[in-house]
Amino acid sequence: MNDTNHDGDPDFGDVGPGYMETVDGGIRAGIQGYVLGLFLAALLTAAAFYIEGTHLIWGPGIAVALIVLAVAQIGVHLVFFLHITTAPDNTNNILALAFGVLIVALIFVGSVWIMAHLNDNLMPMHGAVPMQP
Amino acid sequence: MSVSQALPGTHRRDMDAYRLRHGHGGGHGGHDFPTGHGEGGPAPRHVVVAYGFWIFILSDIIMFSTFFAAHAVLATATAGGPSGTVMFNPANVAWETTALLLSSFTCGLSAVATRARSLVWTEIGLLITGVLGVAFLVLECREFASFVARGASPEASAFLSSFFAVVGCHGLHVTAGLLWLGTMMAQVFVKGFRPDILRRLLCFNLFWHALDIIWVALFTIVYLIGLGR
Repeated sequence: MNDTNHDGDPDFGDVGPGYMETVDGGIRAGIQGYVLGLFLAALLTAAAFYIEGTHLIWGPGIAVALIVLAVAQIGVHLVFFLHITTAPDNTNNILALAFGVLIVALIFVGSVWIMAHLNDNLMPMHGAVPMQP
Repeated sequence: MSVSQALPGTHRRDMDAYRLRHGHGGGHGGHDFPTGHGEGGPAPRHVVVAYGFWIFILSDIIMFSTFFAAHAVLATATAGGPSGTVMFNPANVAWETTALLLSSFTCGLSAVATRARSLVWTEIGLLITGVLGVAFLVLECREFASFVARGASPEASAFLSSFFAVVGCHGLHVTAGLLWLGTMMAQVFVKGFRPDILRRLLCFNLFWHALDIIWVALFTIVYLIGLGR
């Protein structure tokens, strides 16, 4: 034990990200958490690679299914590997994450959205209409 | 000067372990301190360090989101060159994913060993993590080399420029992570589980797991959706 281990310390108000909360479980519970996380992540990865090559799903729906699986797997990674939880002592980490997700969504969805509309409104580049000065 | 500083360590802590204390009638400035502003003073060093590193990781992910957005926009701009459907090899991507997912797992196991203060198992966990990370990089470099050999170099089209940018940026992060991993192994070996070393290990764990999260987005958006485009 040294001064960085604050388990069981009543003054220990917040936890940082990545901090395991297996206070009573110890090594066994810690390993179990990672094994469960690995199992779930492997399952979701296998499903994603399977769906990509299959005809079980309607073609245009495959991309949506893949994104859903990816979001689920990112959730699994956050909970089981990075130990980001919804516990009250994790509020700061969750709020920072929520802000990050907001910015990422604005950048990604916004770019794709705007550029798709821009493409729609432009003339096709090949074949026609040479530009006039 | 708030009341919380005037009354350090009062008995109220025992009644509300999480210090939520909402709605005690005192209003603001009364007795309802939000989480993280307890009377125990500032948060412990390792919480502050890990939180700061968490902010860095989130900003890094925002940086990646710009690369992802560029790739999503340019994915069909092949300029008559090869498209992702032709170039991507799902088996290779599956092996890369396996290597990185397992390395994330062993990195977590080394964190469990660190928690148990086992020097040997911490080093073994980090070593396996590093070997799997190198395997990932080798697979990725082979893929890049085969792309260039088949004429699909970054300058061939906007699609390939954005592909090499986003995948290469992740590869550079893995490379940096491997260098960090090597120094962490040396530091743990020489200096032992000192508080500062433990903080660095925690940050390294966060970094390595975050790389795997970015890879999940990568193999989904770039490779799997690209294959079906």
